[in-house]
Amino acid sequence: MTDVVHAEWTKVRTLPGTGWLLLAAAALTVAVGAAAANSVTCPAGGCQLDPAKVSLTGVDLGQAIVAIVAVTVVSGEYSTGMIRLTLAATPRRWRVLAAKAAVVSAVTLATGAVAVLVSVLAGGLLLGRHGITAAHGYEALSLGNGSVLRAAAGSVLYLALIALFSLGVAAAVRDSAVAIGVVLALLFLFPILSSVITSPGWHRHLEQLSPMTAGLYIQATTSLRSLPLTPWQGLGVLAAWAAGAMLAGALVLRFRDA
Amino acid sequence: MTTLAPYRSELHTGRDGFAQLLRAEWTKFRTVRGWVIGMAVALLVIVGLGALTGANSECGSQMGPNAPVLACPAPPTGPGGEWVTDSFYFVRQPLAGDGSITVRVTSLTGLYSTHGASAAEGGSPTAGMTPGVQPWSKAGIIIKASTRQGAAYAAMMVTGSHGVRMQWDFTHDVAGEAGTVSAASSRWLRLTRSGDTVTGYDSPDGAHWTMVGTATLTGLPSTAQTGLFAASPGYSVNTTSLGGGSSKGGPTLATGTFDQVSRQGAWPAARWTGQDLQGTMDLALSASAQGFTQAGNRFTVSGSGDIAPATDNTDSVKKTLAGTFAGLIAVVVIGVMFITAEYRRGMIRTTLAASPRRGRVLGAKAVVLAAATFAAGLVAAAVTIPLGEHLLHQNGNPIPPVTALTWLQVVVGTAALLAVSAVLGLAVGTLLRRSAGAVTAVIVGIVLPYLLATVPGILPVGAEQWLLRVTPAAGFAVQQTFKQYLQVNTVYTPGTGYFPLSPWAGLAVLCAWAAAALVLALFLLRRRDA
Repeated sequence: MTDVVHAEWTKVRTLPGTGWLLLAAAALTVAVGAAAANSVTCPAGGCQLDPAKVSLTGVDLGQAIVAIVAVTVVSGEYSTGMIRLTLAATPRRWRVLAAKAAVVSAVTLATGAVAVLVSVLAGGLLLGRHGITAAHGYEALSLGNGSVLRAAAGSVLYLALIALFSLGVAAAVRDSAVAIGVVLALLFLFPILSSVITSPGWHRHLEQLSPMTAGLYIQATTSLRSLPLTPWQGLGVLAAWAAGAMLAGALVLRFRDA
Repeated sequence: MTTLAPYRSELHTGRDGFAQLLRAEWTKFRTVRGWVIGMAVALLVIVGLGALTGANSECGSQMGPNAPVLACPAPPTGPGGEWVTDSFYFVRQPLAGDGSITVRVTSLTGLYSTHGASAAEGGSPTAGMTPGVQPWSKAGIIIKASTRQGAAYAAMMVTGSHGVRMQWDFTHDVAGEAGTVSAASSRWLRLTRSGDTVTGYDSPDGAHWTMVGTATLTGLPSTAQTGLFAASPGYSVNTTSLGGGSSKGGPTLATGTFDQVSRQGAWPAARWTGQDLQGTMDLALSASAQGFTQAGNRFTVSGSGDIAPATDNTDSVKKTLAGTFAGLIAVVVIGVMFITAEYRRGMIRTTLAASPRRGRVLGAKAVVLAAATFAAGLVAAAVTIPLGEHLLHQNGNPIPPVTALTWLQVVVGTAALLAVSAVLGLAVGTLLRRSAGAVTAVIVGIVLPYLLATVPGILPVGAEQWLLRVTPAAGFAVQQTFKQYLQVNTVYTPGTGYFPLSPWAGLAVLCAWAAAALVLALFLLRRRDA
């Protein structure tokens, strides 16, 4: 198994695109978070504001690039025919998927940790300039604060789960364009639908089922009671989506000719 | 000596015009099963999500567990067919035939509530209200076809902070003399009726008159209700910010003081009648707070409500088309694959060998893709809107009236939106040659700004409007059926469903992105080896 992981690591490492994409993911996450924190206009402390969620807004965009990395790890092999060589070398196919999952989650966790850490620091600095500080009654934006630490660590896990979800979808549908289309549709469609469907029951269920909306509850540090799920339950919803996608991917990989 | 004729093939030279290229690209498109299925999926998902939205958006109230559900009431309809709010205090007399009314307004004051619709039980309806006049509080003179809600009218008025205005038939608004009214700086107003035409004048001194506007009220009956009025729209302050927002507000009251009332024409000798015109859905104070007093030729009129196009509506046409996003993702995937599949299979080399003028290949692909997507989008939108509105109507939602032209704008606009997005996908696919990156760039470029801008509480309003002006998401403005009016006291933000750009200007922004990407793609397609 170590050899398989090593092989996958070599493939990921030696593709020139991967590094650039991960760098872009981190840079965009930080940039969007900083822009959001810098654009806060709040008349004299009179608004309800979640400082942690604001500084981590960039994860909305960063996740899309993490999804590209994860999808290309699988779909790239299908488009070049490399997959046949890989499966000939490792006939126990689930091991290939497991090794890919391990490598992709490791690089995403590393990238995500850097991006989230810088986002929180930049957010604290910029929000402080706009008067959003603990002294004005807002949640203190420091990793020493338990709920902020949960939001930050949870966002890193969120990115890793998005990567696993995308990997599973890519293994199931193989083509990169279709795979990324399916991933982005499942991420973005739920919030759009829940914003137009007014039936309260459906609205709530759509929010609870949505991988993106529910998953990002992990970033909430204020008014947790108004959320339809607790933060960790929300991340659990995304984990269930990721597990489902990985299972579908493993089954297709196992039972369909490459 | 014999000359040998060189060998010539019996086959005729094939033509290589643009029509042949189109046919070649169309053959490629229709023979890839996945793309045809994808286009069908795009169509079905738009219709299906429209039906899902319509079927699960109930509106109405139920008195008991077994009582019938009462549908939400629809606002009254104005002369132009649009929804209006028609709620004010009217001091009136019937004016038979042509005539005029002239008044002097010496003050406009007001009260507003910051704590919701109604005051404490048993207390005065204006108890606890703060003195202050709203920007669009209004008092003046009016000629109205009848006291029916939504009846045609023309009015001259002073307003809280928009000077003298002439307004008629809810949607028309013309500015007169600027400045606020006070005892030291009073305003004279005059309305003259001649047949179907009502002309408004204002004057600072009652001697020098300026014409403000002329309204033609078709079908104005020979006897029209004419007199003084006061109205004041609801007060509301919305604080939207990241991660949350708050709003507070309530009804308001405006009081106008009039004197020097003079009339010409066939007026009855009877007393003035005071009446509170009130709709069921208006944010206005109860009738007991409104009223008028008369002392000789001096009147004081207090009114609440507004005479204006209705606000706070749900754009049901746009709502039924929520599935456009799903369809858009599908057609962008097809658009990207239409070119990246050629690179992946090496087909691009055959294509470019057969047609060395590379720009024409990209042009033919764009035309075929746009035509196929446009056709699918046209069918999807034309089916979804009536179906979704039917379901919304069955669930008790009032359906805003939409003109045939607006309906056509949304159907054709939605088809164009999908077609241009697919072409943007094709162009970005040509640029990047990588499916995953191209699909993500286009979808994230269109859907993410829309999501950030329209879900309230993620970004400040300024950033929301900026996003919907410059990003490709601006194209979704084409699905909007509501107009924005200057004379309405409401905040038009993306969060409440209003785009900063007009429908076609928004689509033009998306087209500009697609055109720019296409030009860059053309440049690189010519320069790079395939």
